[in-house]
Amino acid sequence: MSTAATIDVAAIRADFPILARTVHDAPLVYLDSAATSQKPTAVLDAMEAYYRETNANVHRGVYELAAEATTRFEAGRDAVARLVNAPREGVILTKNASEAINLVAWAWGVRTLRTGDEVLVTEMEHHSNIVPWQIVAEITGAQVVFVPVTPGGELDMDAFRALLSERTRMVAVAHASNVLGTINPVAEITALAHEAGALMLIDGSQAVPHMPVDIPSIGADFYAFTGHKMLGPTGIGVLVGRTSVLEAMEPFLGGGEMISDVTTAGSTWAELPWKFEAGTPPIAEAVGLGAAADYLAGVGMEAIRAHEVDLTTHMLGALSEVEGITVYGPKDPEVRGGAVSFSLPDLHPHDIAQLIDREGVCVRAGHHCAKPLMRVLGVGATARASTYLYNSHDEIDTLVRALGNARAAFK
Amino acid sequence: MGGIDDLYQELILDHYRRKRGEGTLENPSVAVDQHNPLCGDEVHLELLIEDGRVTGLAHTGEGCSISQASVSMMSEALTGHSLGDALDLVEHFRQVMHGDEPADEERLGDAIALEGVAKYPVRVKCALLGWMAAKDAIQTYQRETQEVVG
Repeated sequence: MSTAATIDVAAIRADFPILARTVHDAPLVYLDSAATSQKPTAVLDAMEAYYRETNANVHRGVYELAAEATTRFEAGRDAVARLVNAPREGVILTKNASEAINLVAWAWGVRTLRTGDEVLVTEMEHHSNIVPWQIVAEITGAQVVFVPVTPGGELDMDAFRALLSERTRMVAVAHASNVLGTINPVAEITALAHEAGALMLIDGSQAVPHMPVDIPSIGADFYAFTGHKMLGPTGIGVLVGRTSVLEAMEPFLGGGEMISDVTTAGSTWAELPWKFEAGTPPIAEAVGLGAAADYLAGVGMEAIRAHEVDLTTHMLGALSEVEGITVYGPKDPEVRGGAVSFSLPDLHPHDIAQLIDREGVCVRAGHHCAKPLMRVLGVGATARASTYLYNSHDEIDTLVRALGNARAAFK
Repeated sequence: MGGIDDLYQELILDHYRRKRGEGTLENPSVAVDQHNPLCGDEVHLELLIEDGRVTGLAHTGEGCSISQASVSMMSEALTGHSLGDALDLVEHFRQVMHGDEPADEERLGDAIALEGVAKYPVRVKCALLGWMAAKDAIQTYQRETQEVVG
């Protein structure tokens, strides 16, 4: 990694108006970016400008306004495509990452999976990469098989190799864990999946916002992520698909926009990517997501990753000083992301989150939509602090101080 | 810490540290599980019901201070009541949590200390977990015994 890749946190923070506010008379310390990120002015302005200046439906009207709306909408797609180095026809805009995975589960899974087939997922998946497969397995008679997680919080690659077989039709794995922070060796997993004759889907919701991701070089058939965790608005997600696979698939949702022709006898489908985008799309959201992708590219994904490795190093060090704390996931900041889950003795995560909120500190408490992983860890819930490009060492120090005060309050 | 003291009163922390009614019963009349899907808090509740009264109550589970203190306080408040009165008390507590009724200290006992939770909508579900288990347990018992009689 280039050592020149650094970012100016103060300058970055000035781009995020919300970071100037206070909570309970304390400065906001936002450490929940794994749940959703804050939005820079560039994104807010792009969305407002779209509504103020060019609002019209896309791909329909012949008038100037509609043409401008379509141009801005499709430019959003192009910006996302550039960020992950994917061809634009394989970039499908969805409602969120869950819908992107459901698209594959339904449009590919329901029509392909049969009794005896297996979908391999992992114990560290978010529910969004478990539940769609369970629903489709129920319909098709296929099995959902879980790759175990090691005590150190990494995927058990030996178990993964042992579980791969000719029955495996799909391997669906998170690029980075939203609980443990673990960054999985997705290129290696993809190669193994393909060797076994399976397709590969990666849930990149916790990766694309935080590190350089070159989807073609990973080689996965499907790569899903969401807009709101990468500085974009809610209501928009992305499925990047290999075009040859997408072309062979039938649509997911039917309706406007996704057709080539409709007759009373039947319909034919639009070209990629629009074949998978039924109905009026989230237009302003695509414009906002495009602005977010451009903003991230402007800062530089290498620089963002380097900053987060530095923050995670500081966080793991500072948290380890807290008496009695258990920190989950890999200890080496170079092989993990900035989502750090922890627990304290005799202090439930809910109480932790509530108590430190009084000092302006926002962390998530709960099961993080990863209940199978919580069972593996042997806990009902954890607290999780997660960083992003706008966080600083000082904020992590405030977190640690607030945790000390929370412990004292419960003594 | 200002207003947070409303939430974390000493009485609540005392019930959290030293839970009343924690454990299991030898021969429960009814047992139920209740969980909060949002946070993963769980309570397993057992009731002993004799002559139409709650004569024994025991609980296990895990959760935050609010959910655990609340079930502890509830175990004291409900014991001895007829099933009808117990259901009324559960309903009163629910109304208090939603800010729809003033809290009746005589009926609630230590659970009066939870009144302040109403100001924290996210935590109301925590406080209600045990009480909803009690409602479920009593109604399950009533259904089952009716079936036997019928």
